[in-house]
Amino acid sequence: MRRGNILKLVTLVLLVAAAVALSIKPLVDPVKGIPLGLDLRGGVHLVLQAEPNKNGAPITKDDIDKAKAIISNRVNDLGVSEPIVQADYDKKRVVIDLAGVTDPDKAVDILKTTAKLTFRDPQGNVMLQGNDLKDAKGGQGENGGYVVNLTFSSDGGKKFADLTTKLIGQRLGVYLDDKLLTNPTVNVPILNGQAEITGYDTLDAAAKDAVLMRSGSLPVSMSIAEKRQVGASLGVDSLHRSMQAGLYGLIFIFIFMLVFYHLPGVVADFSLIVYALIVLWIFWMFRVVLTLPGFAGFILSIGMAVDFNIIIYERVKEEIRAGKSLRAGVESGFSRAFVTVIDAHVTTFIAAMTLYTFGTGSIKGFAMTLGIGIIASLFTAITFTRLVLRLTVGINPKMKTTWFGVRREV
Amino acid sequence: MEKGHTATYDEVQKIHPLYFNIVKKRYWWFAISLVVIIPGIISLFMQGLNVGIDFKGGSMIDVNFIKPVTQAAITDTMKSVGLEGPVQLSNGNTSALIRTEALQEDKRNEFMTALQTKVGEYDKTTLKEDKVGPAMGQELTRNAFYALIIAMGLMIAYITIRFQFVFAISGIVALLHDVLVVVGLFSLFQWEINAPFVAAVLTIFGYSINDTVVIFDRIRENEAKMKRGESYEDMVDKSVWQTMRRSVNTVVTVLIALFSVFILGGESTRIFSLAMLIGVFSGAYSSIFNASQILVEIKTRMKKKPRKGRKPIRA
Repeated sequence: MRRGNILKLVTLVLLVAAAVALSIKPLVDPVKGIPLGLDLRGGVHLVLQAEPNKNGAPITKDDIDKAKAIISNRVNDLGVSEPIVQADYDKKRVVIDLAGVTDPDKAVDILKTTAKLTFRDPQGNVMLQGNDLKDAKGGQGENGGYVVNLTFSSDGGKKFADLTTKLIGQRLGVYLDDKLLTNPTVNVPILNGQAEITGYDTLDAAAKDAVLMRSGSLPVSMSIAEKRQVGASLGVDSLHRSMQAGLYGLIFIFIFMLVFYHLPGVVADFSLIVYALIVLWIFWMFRVVLTLPGFAGFILSIGMAVDFNIIIYERVKEEIRAGKSLRAGVESGFSRAFVTVIDAHVTTFIAAMTLYTFGTGSIKGFAMTLGIGIIASLFTAITFTRLVLRLTVGINPKMKTTWFGVRREV
Repeated sequence: MEKGHTATYDEVQKIHPLYFNIVKKRYWWFAISLVVIIPGIISLFMQGLNVGIDFKGGSMIDVNFIKPVTQAAITDTMKSVGLEGPVQLSNGNTSALIRTEALQEDKRNEFMTALQTKVGEYDKTTLKEDKVGPAMGQELTRNAFYALIIAMGLMIAYITIRFQFVFAISGIVALLHDVLVVVGLFSLFQWEINAPFVAAVLTIFGYSINDTVVIFDRIRENEAKMKRGESYEDMVDKSVWQTMRRSVNTVVTVLIALFSVFILGGESTRIFSLAMLIGVFSGAYSSIFNASQILVEIKTRMKKKPRKGRKPIRA
């Protein structure tokens, strides 16, 4: 019994140590690890609000869906890993999170633009809309400068051929929204469905417009209802600070538990490590984006996870004082403390859930980590802490109760 | 399984070297709470809260310049593009926190270019910028309010089911106490509140009830074992002391976690962790000194009311 327990405990310690060692790399991997929010690595958070149509037509769910699809296309062109684009149909919004974007100013510019490409006659009448494009690419022009090469779909190609036939000898205005891009004179009809928009100073500018034309125009015009932008090195700084705060918090809690609870304190510290691992792996598994408030929530949850151990140990102490043996004390202490813990944590969980339901943005992230923390700490306590405590007590039935912080009074 | 006897009131008193009757002195604890809360409430009515852009809408730009700058240079630049608002310099006059109306993107770009040319080069990688439209701010306040009401309703329901309605009411009063302490102090000192502050208040709401429930749980357990002739007051006093070590130790570990976030976590989480620190402390206080005492107060008053008598007897 005794030797078996020690063996089991040693195996457990080794297992946890191995789990920690093996977890660090996959968890902090910049690509596949726990995704970091834009406040921890720089980036931009945008809430685009669909503006009411000028003609009074209501904005439909379909409009928002289309807008979302188009914005997603543009986002993908920005080359951001794990971008988030969400539609809020009730409030007619599209919410975009771009963590790790290198040039946030440019990103904002690209995303909010309606980007309606139109071809107009010299009188300014819209003759053709750029909805029939198959592709648009930025590139170098034959006569120097930079251009956007347009390829029409077969349908669009026909319309464009008709238009250029009609407008021969006249000027054709090419507009992106209300901005005149180029205004060439049509010399010959263009029948092959290819067109070139000239006049860009840089490849970047041409490429940016190409993205807009390629992705199509937003069905409604959007305004920026909320924007939060964090520079990259500021984000990294926040991440380091948070990690430091977490580390020191953990160390001091470890010391506190050791000083106050002796042997069970060791068990508690051990359980805390397991708890932290479980939570981080849940983040990893469900791709929970870790934000600054989320991090604070996680550190707070470490403080709360200890609570479980404290309730249990205090109860065990009482049971021992009441004359029970160590083992009986642990068993009855555990089952009694369990009722307490459930009631206490359900109430906190209620708060986390309502916070998640009603919160926006960063508050949601915080509520999420808090909620996960509560469930994970329940799980750790029932499975791991109980097992380790049983094994520890089982080593020697005559173990001194002072190891459990019980002073022998009377 | 062997059975020991549960601790008696005397034994509980002996275990705690600092024992004093925590229930009898309840009016003192209520008074202390009021001393903190009343100035806060007055301040709330007189000067309200110092709300940041998350609530009222606006733009807030945190720029780090390469070289030291002057407040006047920034204010003048703002004026040149038709903007106004407070500017705070820090970090040897290289960091500027600029607040102004919610900027349209064009205006914002115009302003940032003007800053670059007229004030000086700034570091793009440490730029922090927040823009909140006025509608979003209203939503935040409204949602926070809904969340508070709904969380409160659900908690009352849960505690009523698991305990009694009286427990739920006492617990919620203690909770509102904590929210008032935090909000009141923030109003009193005019600390600026932001979106994470709302999260902090709601977390305090969830966390403080946790402490209270642990004590209530003990009262529930002891109440069931109460013998004829034992007073409710003493039973509650015993329960509070039986859970005292847990209450104190738990709050210490949470405060350790919060302190490390407050000190090391940087500027962005400071308001959040400050609100949490105050709230958790107040939560521990109200759980130990207020919640169960309110319970005792209600219970004794309910008992003293004679069933048929018309005149209520004053205690």
